[in-house]
Amino acid sequence: MNVIVCVKQIPDPAQPGELDPSDNTLKREGKLILDESDSYGVEMALQLVDTAGGGEVSIVSMAPNGEVSGMRTALAMGAAKGVLVSDPELAGSDALTTAKVLAAAAQKLGEADLIIAGTESSDGYTGTVPEQMAEVMGLPSITFAKSVTIDGGTVKVNRQTEAGYDEVECPTPAVVSVTAGVVEPRYPSFKGIMAAKSKPVDTVTAADLGVTAVGWSGAGQQIVDVAQAPAREAGEVVEDDGEAHLKIIEFLEGLKVI
Amino acid sequence: MGIDNIWVFAEAADGAPTSATLELLTKARGLGTVSAFVVGDGESIAAALGEYGAAKVYSTGDLAGNLPGAAGAAAMQAVIDGGDTPDLIMFPQNYSGRDVMSRLSVKLDKTVLTNNTDVAVDGDAVKVTTPIFGGEKLVTTTFTAGGPYLAAFRPKSFEPAAGDAGAGEVVSAPVPELGATGGAKVTAVHVEETLGPKLDEAAVVVSGGRGLGEADKFDMIEQLAKLLKGAPGASRAIVDAGWVPYSMQVGQTGKVVKPSVYIAAGISGATQHMVGMKGSKNIIAINKDQEAPIFGVADLGIVGDVHKVMPKLIEALSSRAG
Repeated sequence: MNVIVCVKQIPDPAQPGELDPSDNTLKREGKLILDESDSYGVEMALQLVDTAGGGEVSIVSMAPNGEVSGMRTALAMGAAKGVLVSDPELAGSDALTTAKVLAAAAQKLGEADLIIAGTESSDGYTGTVPEQMAEVMGLPSITFAKSVTIDGGTVKVNRQTEAGYDEVECPTPAVVSVTAGVVEPRYPSFKGIMAAKSKPVDTVTAADLGVTAVGWSGAGQQIVDVAQAPAREAGEVVEDDGEAHLKIIEFLEGLKVI
Repeated sequence: MGIDNIWVFAEAADGAPTSATLELLTKARGLGTVSAFVVGDGESIAAALGEYGAAKVYSTGDLAGNLPGAAGAAAMQAVIDGGDTPDLIMFPQNYSGRDVMSRLSVKLDKTVLTNNTDVAVDGDAVKVTTPIFGGEKLVTTTFTAGGPYLAAFRPKSFEPAAGDAGAGEVVSAPVPELGATGGAKVTAVHVEETLGPKLDEAAVVVSGGRGLGEADKFDMIEQLAKLLKGAPGASRAIVDAGWVPYSMQVGQTGKVVKPSVYIAAGISGATQHMVGMKGSKNIIAINKDQEAPIFGVADLGIVGDVHKVMPKLIEALSSRAG
């Protein structure tokens, strides 16, 4: 069974985010890392291929500057190969363009039984790309999966809902987006990290894939203003001296909650 | 031309429109003429949708097990192809809203703007506001290609208020043949029973985070929530760790809450979490680390060990109740 996983390489979320004042896009300087949300997708794909007893996991990613460090993490976890769409023209692309590019990259890898993505990235968090990819590729899709199994040509998913979860199934090939925590992502082993260095990553441009009108020119959106949100004032901070719970009770009484 | 024809993606739960639906209708009727689009049975909630401003209620009828994404987008496109072209379609930022909007964006080849908390019409332009960096900055974005403009809004962005109109006129909007894209079918529905008020409706929310140390200690959160007639919540860290179900997650990828009182116990205040609770009227935080970002938004911050403060608080409140 062959599974393609979409991965995003993002700035380290431990660093405070910053916008580039010239174009109001997120600054992506320095090393990018594999989005933690996508590590769940990579792990899920590896487990499904293991269970099936054959096949491989491939990854697709889009980055404007040839960045592969996040992809290498996915390869070190066990993915076999990847396609990176890297193109200065892609800067400023919106979610729809991203979906078109990733769909074309996935199609370049050939037939897959399943395409897995995270529900949303940790930096842009638009959260529409998996479903948009499915529509571009003419495939069925199941979003917000909390568990995924494959039974012959059918993918079975427990899908998160407002009230609980639904059991949903659909024929493969299909697109599935997984929530964080769906599986425990493995840490790449030393052997895996060494092996990842020589695994093939095919770097292509958007034009190579036949996707045009990308980047700023293709995006149907424009940021017109960035303002500081009204700050919420910090209130009183007290050190617990063993009686801090009384302070909380007093506060709740003042609000007439108790 | 201006912006006039606005659609709201409308949903029902327990036989009534969801609060997110009523919020969007309330906002939309201040911007133009409003139609509600129900991906499911619209007939039973048409009166309520009308009361909040929907002059017309498009209804696909029962989905027969189809997921709403492909079905809803195809039904919407059919109506648009039939000649009723909205200038703006407002979606709730939730499971179905995002799925329908994503599929429709490809069908119409239009961009989508998600995670918004406000919208304004400025001549022919629609501007939406999105908080970023945990709500620290507000980004205003406009659509540059022609409509229909597709935008999703976080729950609790607007205050719902009934208008004075009657029931909306129900118009059938059947789901066309979906082909391969309609392959996903719901085979069973599971409702997770929760006691007490719902997380996003509770007046008091008590949330726990990694600072609790171990899964067993979440019991303290539940006890305190019960004593205050509130709902328990959680940070993403402990949901990911499998301590509590995803339905309890407060934050960017979980629920947005705006209770009267929010108590954060053992939560440092990651951006992800702050997005979901910063709108609470009063915030109490208990955390060992006095540098924790949560103290920057708390009205009352207790620098202390949750394992010492919480049991005393629970005991004191229990004896009052008893």
